[in-house]
Amino acid sequence: MLAESLGLSAILFVIGVVGVLTRRNAIIIFMCVELMLNAVNLTFVALSRYYGMGGQVFVLFVMTVAAAEAAVGLAIIISIFRHRQTVDLRNINVMKG
Amino acid sequence: MTDFLNGIHYNSWILPALLIIPLVGALLVWAQGGAHRDDADANAEPARHIAVWTLIIEFVVSCGLWWSFVPGVAGWQAGVDYAWIPSWGARFSLGVDGISLMLVLLTTLTMPLAVLGGWTAVKTRVHAYLAFLLILTSGMLGVFLARDLLLFYVMWEVMLIPMYFIIGIWGGQRRVYASLKFFIYTMVGSLLMLVAIIYLGIHNRDALTGIPNFSYDAMLASGALTPVTALWLFGAFFLAFAIKVPVFPFHTWLPDAHTEAPTAGSVILAGIMLKMGTFGFLRFALPLFPGSAMNPTVRAIILTLAVIGIIYGALVAMVQPDFKKLVAYSSVSHLGFVMLGIFALTVQSVQGAMLVMINHGISTGALFLLIGMMYERRHTRMLADYGGIARVVPMFAAALTLVSFSSIGLPGLNGFVGEFLVLLGAFRTYPIFAAIATTGVIFAACYLLWAIQRILFGKLDKPQNEHMPDLNWREIGLLVPLFACIIWLGVYPAPVLRRMEASAEKVVRTVQTNAALSESQTAALPGGE
Amino acid sequence: MALSSSHPLAGTIAAWMWLLPVLPLLGFFINGALSILGSSHVGPSDPDMGHDDHDASPAASDQASHSHGGDSHAQAVPRFRALTAIIGPGVLILSFLLAASIFLAMRGVDMSAPFIQRYWSWMPVGDLRIDMAFQLDQLSMVMVLIITGVGALIHIFSVGYMSDDPGFARFFAYLNLFVFFMLMLVLGANYPILFVGWEGVGLCSYLLIGFWFTDNANASAGLKAFIVNRIGDVGVLIAMFMIFANLGTLDFTGVAAGAAGLPFGGALVTTICLFLFLGCTGKSAQLPLYVWLPDAMAGPTPVSALIHAATMVTAGVYLIVRSSFLFAMSPIASITVAVVGAVTALFAATIAMKQWDIKKVLAYSTISQLGYMFVGVGVGAYTAGIFHLATHAFFKALLFLGAGSVIHVMHAAYHHSGSHDDAQDMRNMGGMRKAMPITWIVMWIATLAISGIPPFAGFFSKDSILGSVYEHAGDSVLTNATWLGMSGHTVLLAVYVIGLAGAFLTAIYMTRLMLYTFHGPSRATADEQRHMHEAPWLMTGPLVVLGALSLAGGWLNLPSIMSFLGPVGGLDHWLEPVVGAATRTVTNGVALEASHSTEAALIGAAIVIAVLGIAVAVLALKPASLVPKAQSPAEHGFEKVLANKYYVDEAYDDAIVRPVYGLSKNVFWRGLDAGIIDNLFVNGSAALARGLGWIGARIQTGSTGVYAWAIVVGAIVVLSAFSFR
Repeated sequence: MLAESLGLSAILFVIGVVGVLTRRNAIIIFMCVELMLNAVNLTFVALSRYYGMGGQVFVLFVMTVAAAEAAVGLAIIISIFRHRQTVDLRNINVMKG
Repeated sequence: MTDFLNGIHYNSWILPALLIIPLVGALLVWAQGGAHRDDADANAEPARHIAVWTLIIEFVVSCGLWWSFVPGVAGWQAGVDYAWIPSWGARFSLGVDGISLMLVLLTTLTMPLAVLGGWTAVKTRVHAYLAFLLILTSGMLGVFLARDLLLFYVMWEVMLIPMYFIIGIWGGQRRVYASLKFFIYTMVGSLLMLVAIIYLGIHNRDALTGIPNFSYDAMLASGALTPVTALWLFGAFFLAFAIKVPVFPFHTWLPDAHTEAPTAGSVILAGIMLKMGTFGFLRFALPLFPGSAMNPTVRAIILTLAVIGIIYGALVAMVQPDFKKLVAYSSVSHLGFVMLGIFALTVQSVQGAMLVMINHGISTGALFLLIGMMYERRHTRMLADYGGIARVVPMFAAALTLVSFSSIGLPGLNGFVGEFLVLLGAFRTYPIFAAIATTGVIFAACYLLWAIQRILFGKLDKPQNEHMPDLNWREIGLLVPLFACIIWLGVYPAPVLRRMEASAEKVVRTVQTNAALSESQTAALPGGE
Repeated sequence: MALSSSHPLAGTIAAWMWLLPVLPLLGFFINGALSILGSSHVGPSDPDMGHDDHDASPAASDQASHSHGGDSHAQAVPRFRALTAIIGPGVLILSFLLAASIFLAMRGVDMSAPFIQRYWSWMPVGDLRIDMAFQLDQLSMVMVLIITGVGALIHIFSVGYMSDDPGFARFFAYLNLFVFFMLMLVLGANYPILFVGWEGVGLCSYLLIGFWFTDNANASAGLKAFIVNRIGDVGVLIAMFMIFANLGTLDFTGVAAGAAGLPFGGALVTTICLFLFLGCTGKSAQLPLYVWLPDAMAGPTPVSALIHAATMVTAGVYLIVRSSFLFAMSPIASITVAVVGAVTALFAATIAMKQWDIKKVLAYSTISQLGYMFVGVGVGAYTAGIFHLATHAFFKALLFLGAGSVIHVMHAAYHHSGSHDDAQDMRNMGGMRKAMPITWIVMWIATLAISGIPPFAGFFSKDSILGSVYEHAGDSVLTNATWLGMSGHTVLLAVYVIGLAGAFLTAIYMTRLMLYTFHGPSRATADEQRHMHEAPWLMTGPLVVLGALSLAGGWLNLPSIMSFLGPVGGLDHWLEPVVGAATRTVTNGVALEASHSTEAALIGAAIVIAVLGIAVAVLALKPASLVPKAQSPAEHGFEKVLANKYYVDEAYDDAIVRPVYGLSKNVFWRGLDAGIIDNLFVNGSAALARGLGWIGARIQTGSTGVYAWAIVVGAIVVLSAFSFR
């Protein structure tokens, strides 16, 4: 059971990483980050069976932080869209040194 | 006097008070500046008065140490000891002994004079300038008084930062370069010293709790470092102190820093801060690592550097076109005498070294004050811009001549006694080094007298110099105490020597016996290293 | 004040000897204060503001610019002049009276040990005990009498000589300070106190040579004097260190006791003596460090008389006599002293032959006479050295003051005629005996004295030295010593011959000086001649007193062959307690007494040489054919070499001064300090850090994508590193 859970988690995580690295759309990158977070959550839950409840507690923390992050992140993306009419990261480079 | 001091329990509060008074003054200065936020510099006069009176009070209060200090006692006096950072084992413990007593008094004497010397020279951001000077006072006194190595290190850095700003903000043309150079140079050494201090603290940790112990006395008592470890730790301390002294070839920060600093900064740098390095050698590097410091090779190298410093500093001083730089290089030469005295390690040479530290503080401090006065009048430090001004400013000329002769060690003035004792003592252990160093007195006469000739004598051929005003009452007032010291220490230094003697003898004795001890241990261990 | 109560002088007026130097010190303080009060104006509270305030310094207006040769006078009448004129010489006269009464007290008691008074502990460190202590014995008494006596006369003379100078109070302040340090030098009970005086007189010499500092040459002369003296002082310092390291004390009494235990003629005592002698060559202007003294003539003439003839320059002789217990132990060092003295005596005398500046002639003459003193103390005739020191103080002070008087008159004349000629050049003088008969007579007395014509003072002292050389060459510890591979006997005989040759030249150049200055026709214009007249009594008075002393000084120490003239060997007996033991060490314990026939022959030779010298000068020199400086032809050949003093100054400049300066400037400062240490290492490490930072900054692209890739690649590398473990 553990092996399958960790395998699934790894697959989800890699999908997330590849998405972050290759895609340019801010929304999709954002979703991929969420995917990575949830892959880690899955690992925590799977391992909590063997190493105690600490893992599940952490999952709750991660979900909370993810929710906050989603709120702030989406707000930023909307704000960027209002300014520039696009969410393509290749065009958002005013801060680049 | 002693009864009165005992009556007010002087010894139980004086040392913390010495650190706190300037900080209180700094707060007052800052508050006064805050009250006139918009035009602070126009309202700087009260702040100047606050600062100078704080420092005068500090000096008056510290004078009690002269009487409360019991000559002939080698250990700490007027000690206090409070918990500071218990979990690190650092304690706020202060004390004064024969090595630091005169340096403390020199500091408290020099500081008000330095502030007075820059009374009209600094006209911008006066409040910050004064606050930095006051914080600096606390830092420097802390260095001299600390009995805990972590406290010593903190004070060492506290002293560094205000000076960095003083040079960097109120300095001359190349002030940014000079201040950065000063800061980084010093920092390189002091960080290595921090590592060594932490190592020592952990090495001395409490066996039960594992809490480190940074107490100086505990470290002295423990010993038992392997020779290799001791050599590395000594190296770290050596670098920190050698840069601060400065020992040739670590001296190149000094001409820049001295030259670019405002008058008060130069006076403090030369008068007090240069003594931190030699003080560190006497207080820490030698007693803590006698085996390494007295290793014949190490000793020969350091003595060679000291003698090179004496001659080289004098020769380079001779060819400087800038008077301030000339005096800066002369400091390299004088501090070479101190190093020679410390590492020759006889009672005479060590006491002589301690006396040279004081004398150099007075003479060079006075020289920088006089240069500041010249600069305020003519806005140039170049020797070539003066000439023949003795006729226009006779009092200034008399003052400069007196101080110069004090600096070149004319017998009867202060400079002679220290250098004589250093050379006399060093001649007993290292006759060749001492004999070479003695020729330094020739070059001292060359650079300084030639410089004053170019400033004071000859034709008054620059029209700008024809209307230089002579010294004013403020300037006369701030020079008089220094002149009094110059003559007093030259004619009757015995009271000072008596107060230094026990501590100096203790250093010499313990370092010699411990060095012999560690040598025999090294020999006894199979494969020693 | 701890009194050594057992001493016969305790409780007498000698207990007041501390007042001897303190009186001139007091004079220094008062005159110094008057000088500052008279010339200074306190500046405005913010000096920066006073920049264009043209009324701020009236001092700049009184420009003194009347310069004829070296000495210059300005017209502004200084403030507090009368007060200074009383205090300056007054303290010296008081000091002399005190010294004289102490001398009388000393004559009344029988003292074999010095009277030592300790005032306070100066440098008590470990086993080192240096006290601020004075020591009065027969030697220091002689010196004190000379210093205060001749000093007082010169002070009085100066009141007249310096009367127009704006630095009147400053001059007397320096002069008083000089006497203070000189008395410290001779009264000090240990080497460090002696050294205080030793360097202190150097300081005053520096200040007084550069007294007219507005001329850069004067200031440079002062600087040169101080630095050359310091070279010698290093020798004294090292000698002190060696004495302390080996004997553990620096008190004269302690060192004398300890020296007896050192091996006779050993390397240690020889080294100590040679280092001490290095100091003497600096202070007393002997080869190779004599170069400062001729330049020192840039100072006012009374200074030349007091410091550079009568007192300070003889300090080296005093030091050797004071350390006679050391020098007597080292034949090699003693012979070195004698040889250097003799060579200097001849060398300087040759230069004096071709000098035109009246003061320069006297300066080289002083160097030469100091050489004789060193010959005396070198061969172990310590009393003879001190004897010549005393007589020389009389006649050379007289010569300088007389020359000063002449220069003063020349100045006054040039001032009236508006001429800017050199008032010190003998070619501009001539025939001055008509205008200044008193000066003329006393100068002749001094000239006969220095030339060694009996019964003038110099005859006795110079004969005493040369006689001792001859006797000690025959039988003393020096006879059998080997010096640079030569036997002491040969060396001393050579010294004797050189001494006679020097005496011959002395008679010539002094007669030359007199002829050119006072005889023949005057080379000044008629207008100038009208303004030449004898100096005021303030100046001639001291000259007459010194003339009397130059005439009678020889009675201080008559040789035994001349017992018909009075009591014999007064100074010998007086100094016996101080130098007797050392003298006997040199003479193998016996008092050398040459046979009367030998002594008569020696004296005869000396007189013949002196008379011959004067005769040659009178016959060969034609004052009438001399032309003023401006029209004089240039010298040629060896004369030119002499006139240029063998080019020694130039050689020192090229061989030492310039190389050291160039090395310091170009190699040490520009090369090593600024170049290698600062640029290569310090700024180099800064540049290295900046370079690394630049490379690092290139990696920081600021693009999130690149960073994300870097994270992933890094993670993979780390993970795979773990899995391969």
